[in-house]
Amino acid sequence: MIFNNPDVWEITLLSIKVSGLATLISLLIGLPLGTILALSKFPGRSVLLTFVNTGMALPPVVVGLAVAMALWRSGPLGGLHLIYTPTAIVIAQVIISAPVVTGLSAAALQALDPRLRLQLLGLGASRLQMVFSIWREARLPLLAALMAGFGAVISEVGASMMVGGNIRHQTRVLTTAIVLETNIGDFARAIALGVLLLLITFLINFALTWIQQKGAKR
Amino acid sequence: MSMLLDIRDLVVYRAGRPVLEIKRLSIEKGRVLAVAGPNGSGKTTLLLVLARILKPAGGKIQFDGQALENIPDLKYRRLIGLVMQDSLLLNCSVFDNVATGLRFRHIPKIEVTRRVGDWLERLGISHLRQRPASQLSGGEARRVALARAFALQPDLLLLDEPFSALDRSSRHKLQEDLKKILAGANITTIFSTHSETDVQKLADLKIELDGGKLEV
Repeated sequence: MIFNNPDVWEITLLSIKVSGLATLISLLIGLPLGTILALSKFPGRSVLLTFVNTGMALPPVVVGLAVAMALWRSGPLGGLHLIYTPTAIVIAQVIISAPVVTGLSAAALQALDPRLRLQLLGLGASRLQMVFSIWREARLPLLAALMAGFGAVISEVGASMMVGGNIRHQTRVLTTAIVLETNIGDFARAIALGVLLLLITFLINFALTWIQQKGAKR
Repeated sequence: MSMLLDIRDLVVYRAGRPVLEIKRLSIEKGRVLAVAGPNGSGKTTLLLVLARILKPAGGKIQFDGQALENIPDLKYRRLIGLVMQDSLLLNCSVFDNVATGLRFRHIPKIEVTRRVGDWLERLGISHLRQRPASQLSGGEARRVALARAFALQPDLLLLDEPFSALDRSSRHKLQEDLKKILAGANITTIFSTHSETDVQKLADLKIELDGGKLEV
């Protein structure tokens, strides 16, 4: 059975760790950036928003290519020796996920009544208290942004393959393992890994949806 | 009675044109001032300037004997209470809504509970304490918004059309309750309105704005 194979658990754990960390970093970048884009007016805001929205549709394989070129031994960041490491996959996945979290966060916050911010200030909120309050108000669509960001990276294969190299015990994740098993003709194993990936995605999204809907009932 | 607010030569611009011009306006402590005028006359703009959310292009405002520009924004905003035209409640319980401004001020929990309870009682909405704000009627929501501002015990209370969009019965009841509360609370209040009835029931003084200008 596939589930008795320690390699499978190692790959699964690495997939969760890499994509979980990439999503967390994307949240730390995307939520503040999305907030600035939603609440502030500054020159170049529309251009930045266009870049972010374009970034939401970045093909993972193109991101993989760009990150691989940057991290390659002769590339500008070659001295960091990150190519074919889990860190390289995290970097690529952050580039894929951060625009998704940023764009959807900005849209979620822009959907709130703009007078709510004025009302919060009129109740004596500091700028930071006002921002935390509106994050709380938009918690349901913000959680959806987080789910979309995680979904974009747990399921991508192109970037992980290009910058991670699918090296056994080092950078092999579920999606790259599925490609490998398919290439060598072991469809049963590829399908089992695919089911495992779906199960993990389902469980994580189930947990986030539960939190989201618990908030909706308030 | 001493003066709480003294406004001189106030000018507010929006999109390059003046939307509010007030040569002189003063209000003594404890008074209730009605700002009347048609839509677009600058009533809300005046309240937002007094809440220090909009910055005027010119003029001087003295607050309790101090030039407003010498009081830090946040410190000043914590001396006032603002209730905007729509209740704009947060997506949480009535209790948590009324506690919002008190929590912003880091007031101890026991005092928050006391003040919220007190104002829910005074506005006749104690029974709604745990109800989600999303399940309130328009009249109930307006009372929660008022309780949220009164609980702050502000030096200056700014109410933007406190009775708008209420049915006749809710409007009448709220007018009566607010009249009693304002008479007892001794809070300097400025409210905007279209209605002469609101002015007669609640105000000590009235000004009329027309096209952003104060008609004396």
